Amino acid sequence: MVDVVGLDELMKEHNFFDGFDKEALELMAGCARNESFRAGEYIFKSNSDATHFYIIRHGNVSVELPVPGRGRITLQTVGEHETLGWSWLVPPYRWWADAKAISLVRAISLDAVCLREKMEDDHELGYRLMQRFVPVLAERLHATTVQLLDLYGLPGRA
Amino acid sequence: MNVLAPNRTVGQDPMVPRSFVIERVRKELSDTYTMDLVPRDGLPFRFEPGQFNMLYVFGVGEVPISISGDSKVTAGISHTTRSVGKVSAALNALQPGDVVGVRGPYGAPWPVADVHGMDVVFVAGGVGLAPLRPAIYWVLAHRAEFGNVAIFYGARTPEDILFRREVQQWRGRFDMTVHVTVDRATGAWSGKVGVVTQLIKGGGFDRHNAVALVCGPEVMMRYAAEALGERGMPKQNIHVSMERNMKCAVGFCGHCQWGANFVCKDGPVFSYDRAEPLLSIWEL
Ligand SMILES: Cc1cc2nc3c(=O)[nH]c(=O)nc-3n(C[C@H](O)[C@H](O)[C@H](O)COP(=O)(O)OP(=O)(O)OC[C@H]3O[C@@H](n4cnc5c(N)ncnc54)[C@H](O)[C@@H]3O)c2cc1C
Ligand code: FES
Repeated sequence: MVDVVGLDELMKEHNFFDGFDKEALELMAGCARNESFRAGEYIFKSNSDATHFYIIRHGNVSVELPVPGRGRITLQTVGEHETLGWSWLVPPYRWWADAKAISLVRAISLDAVCLREKMEDDHELGYRLMQRFVPVLAERLHATTVQLLDLYGLPGRA
Repeated sequence: MNVLAPNRTVGQDPMVPRSFVIERVRKELSDTYTMDLVPRDGLPFRFEPGQFNMLYVFGVGEVPISISGDSKVTAGISHTTRSVGKVSAALNALQPGDVVGVRGPYGAPWPVADVHGMDVVFVAGGVGLAPLRPAIYWVLAHRAEFGNVAIFYGARTPEDILFRREVQQWRGRFDMTVHVTVDRATGAWSGKVGVVTQLIKGGGFDRHNAVALVCGPEVMMRYAAEALGERGMPKQNIHVSMERNMKCAVGFCGHCQWGANFVCKDGPVFSYDRAEPLLSIWEL
């Protein structure tokens, strides 16, 4: 396992952490781990506890749901420099979809319980993290809306 | 006002079509076909990437369709058409040997000839890749004169990827990047799933020195232009291709009026600083 100082450096490389000072980064690095997942491996499964969120450093992840009669439906893919998972922020803190590594994935995972505690103790940090996550949520919502619009479909085609 | 199409001689009526024979028909997607046409008069046909023709299906009607082939080829032209209604479906039902009327080329082209030295970003959605293809050919034919070249392409499903073989070939080149995403994954698709704007966020171009050519459904073009703007690209460097119903295609009838513009004559390619105020209004 990479030591805390190394992680703090790795985190700095990701634009999600842009603007956080050294102290905040070190605080968050205390909740962080460097992880890797083989192609085909599940990073999390729907309905399980949302114990982490992930900053993808390398590779691609498919976020998917099993739909009876239709197999597994990929809702989106998450790639390098993107953030995977937001259910850790919203009670009851359970994943609502599966996340599977499409290729070898290297990621920084952040322990949700640890981070929620730190956010509770340090509201400034909590606010700054929320500021980062709201655009992620808005972007996902926006993307979902656009996908629902079925822009490339024919008028009247289901 | 000069309403003479470039391939016409003085005295020829711009409303009278030239007749072309369908040489080849390729099924691209379940509802989309590419037709290669050759002029019956044997005269060369010249156009610039981004221009369109009015294609006349005799006895049915006339539709504006962008030219989707290579502008260096003057012996014939290609059009890629999706069946959405009466005329486009009738066009796609035609066979090799059948004859169509062609008026054109019309409209303002993609500004590929004016952007040497810059990075070029193509953003295509669905069959919007067809009007961009001549510009892609042009840039690749003059590859050394441009900086980075990137294609961001979004399709409905993997089965709806237009010009699939060519997209794969472009993807295999070392001198350009090609990113494809689909709204809905099906079958064994292991590529990206999501909207085309997410691809733009990945960057790959110098925002101060890049031009973007965007073609697809209007809502997609608006979101794409916003995403490019968020990455710092000035609006005047973003170009979109507009579609409106047309009749004359030469600025006479007012059918294609869009704000103070006629799409047939002032467009279909507009820079985003001009298009933005009008983009959200369909019935202009
Ligand atoms: C400059 C220009 C370039 C174009 N280039 C191409 C091209 O390269 N390939 C191509 O397939 N089409 C292209 N189009 C669109 C094409 O002209 C229309 O799809 C065609 O005119 C529809 O005529 P129709 O009689 O088949 O359908 P209509 O009977 O006129 O329409 C049938 C249905 O299709 C809808 N519809 C009409 N136009 C469109 C559209 N553009 N997109 C989605 N739905 C539509 C209508 O709202 C209606 O519901 C272009 C349009 C313009 C203005
Ligand atoms: S189609 Fe007649 S003015 Fe444009």
